[in-house]
Amino acid sequence: MHSNPSPQHRRVGDSPVIKWLLIGIAIAITVGLLIIPLLVIFLEALGAGWGTLADNLLDQYTLHAIGLTLFVAALTVPLNLAFGTALAWLVTRFRFPGRKLLITLIDIPFAVSPVVAGLLYLLLYGRNGWVGSWLADQDMQLMFSWPGIVMVTVFVTCPFVARELIPLMQQQGSEEEEAGVVLGASGLRVFRTITLPNIKWALVYGVVLTNARAVGEFGAVSVVSGNIRGQTNTLPLHVELLYQDYNIVGAFASASLLAGIAVLTLVAKGLVEWRQARALNRLQTEETA
Amino acid sequence: MTITVNGINKRFGKYQALNNVSLDIPEGKLTALLGPSGSGKTTLLRIIAGLESADSGRINFAGQDVTGLHVRDRNIGFVFQHYALFRHMSVAQNIAFGLESLPRKQRPSRAEIHKRVTELLEMIQLPHLAKRYPAQLSGGQKQRVALARAIATRPQILLLDEPFGALDAKVRKDLRRWLRNLHDEFHFTSIFVTHDQEEALELSDQVVVMSQGNVEQVNEPTELYARPDSRFVFDFLGQVNVLPGEVQRGRLSQGKAWVTVPGSRHQGSAQLYLRPHEVRLANEPGQYAHLPLRIESVSLIGSEVRIELSPVGWQSNSPDNIWEVGISHAEFNQQRPARGDLRYAVPEVGHLFNDNDSQPTTINWAEAASAPLVRLIN
Repeated sequence: MHSNPSPQHRRVGDSPVIKWLLIGIAIAITVGLLIIPLLVIFLEALGAGWGTLADNLLDQYTLHAIGLTLFVAALTVPLNLAFGTALAWLVTRFRFPGRKLLITLIDIPFAVSPVVAGLLYLLLYGRNGWVGSWLADQDMQLMFSWPGIVMVTVFVTCPFVARELIPLMQQQGSEEEEAGVVLGASGLRVFRTITLPNIKWALVYGVVLTNARAVGEFGAVSVVSGNIRGQTNTLPLHVELLYQDYNIVGAFASASLLAGIAVLTLVAKGLVEWRQARALNRLQTEETA
Repeated sequence: MTITVNGINKRFGKYQALNNVSLDIPEGKLTALLGPSGSGKTTLLRIIAGLESADSGRINFAGQDVTGLHVRDRNIGFVFQHYALFRHMSVAQNIAFGLESLPRKQRPSRAEIHKRVTELLEMIQLPHLAKRYPAQLSGGQKQRVALARAIATRPQILLLDEPFGALDAKVRKDLRRWLRNLHDEFHFTSIFVTHDQEEALELSDQVVVMSQGNVEQVNEPTELYARPDSRFVFDFLGQVNVLPGEVQRGRLSQGKAWVTVPGSRHQGSAQLYLRPHEVRLANEPGQYAHLPLRIESVSLIGSEVRIELSPVGWQSNSPDNIWEVGISHAEFNQQRPARGDLRYAVPEVGHLFNDNDSQPTTINWAEAASAPLVRLIN
């Protein structure tokens, strides 16, 4: 062991061959499977020039799809923000039978294929479904219209906020809130001045993820939307329709929009993480100073 | 403000955390709730504060029933075990929180709040840290801030949950003294929870010893140490040396060991409890005791020399089968006891538990020996 010529002893698993091999594989996969496809989307969209791209995006059906997608996200995000916060509060601040089961159940939308979720909603709320047939008698239609799209999107994205909050709130405990109440603060004041600032960045992170998924959801939405152009066609569905119409440039133009949103999401996510790390760092450096 | 706890019961599922607990906490006194973990002391404190509700029983503050009163309206100061400082607020903001939470009518003006915070910062000797955040403070500093925050609204009752549990020994001693001064200055009715018997005995005016959801004994620290009511209190308050054996014709014996038990008419099994300071070490057995022991270790640190011994030819049921005796440094210098030496323990005062009696009989051998003399003089 002492014959090792290097002045510093290497740690276990620190062999340079393995290190560079792993780095190489990681780079190859990232470039081949992530970066090149992403670049191709933008290149194809711009292949016929900026003018064509603008024409394709300003097409009335595309504009409607963009509008519908944003509308669905705008409804889904606040709904799941409220639901996720309430759920995280419930399972971290109260003890009740079935609490562990509930925490596991939150993950169902992640575990189940979105297509299956869409089908379930169709069977339940569709014209011939249990609830849907009654609703049809009341002259209400949920499936193949925007309420159905919102319902499945809410279902698919509901774990994001809760998943971000639960571990954080578990780790922080409820002592600070108790201290606030002992000091005479009202429930609202405790939430506003103590709980919210403590979970702020996790909340933002959860919203960013929820929004990204709500905008991009395809499987569940495609089952319940009915793909009616100009009515129930969201952006991801629109991409597929255009592609099936052999309008490749149009498909890529819409796809580039979705990809753009994804990139923006990543930037926002990175920003949030950087802010969190910086806040933590500042505290630590000042502590040691 | 006196606090009266009346018949409190609390269950967590199948676990009985508090079992019909009744207590009187005198006004202006510092009371310690002392017990091992799981004895229900923290639960009791939280019920008094209103952070937890009892299954049955009542809590009175100064004769007024507050059982149904929300914690927000009880106007108590509470210091949490891990301080529970608001992590995103500065030290000054933390201290001001209670004042700013007051209903609009009672809330002081901004200037007054600022003045009060400055005053409190000076009291805890941390005015230079007003703008710091909790993560930038040491444990002792956090504890001071937590205390200042708790008393900012001038509550008459101060409750502290293991206030020094997370601090190192030196800081703990300083803060203890500081808390005692604070208490004497402001005359709160204070209750603090601790599992540290030294802390409870040193700091408080009254100690409540708890075990498994029951109150074992309530007394002043000196009385409690001198006259424990039960085996549990005996074991829990400091080191104790035990000789278990059989009593026959006024003598407790086991193996090679025996002790006369003057005045005891009991026959059968019994246990003799001796505090380390109630035992002397001699080179020869005394006339009323034969307790051979071999020295296992000698520790010179502290105001007393602590000697650990193991029984020779008999068994003790204290932990690790070890007896502990304290001698003065002067005595140590004279006798120079060393590991492996044989010594005889000579008890001066002891406490005899017969069979399963919960209360001990105290035996004083020195007095018993001189008793006939006293009678002659009379």
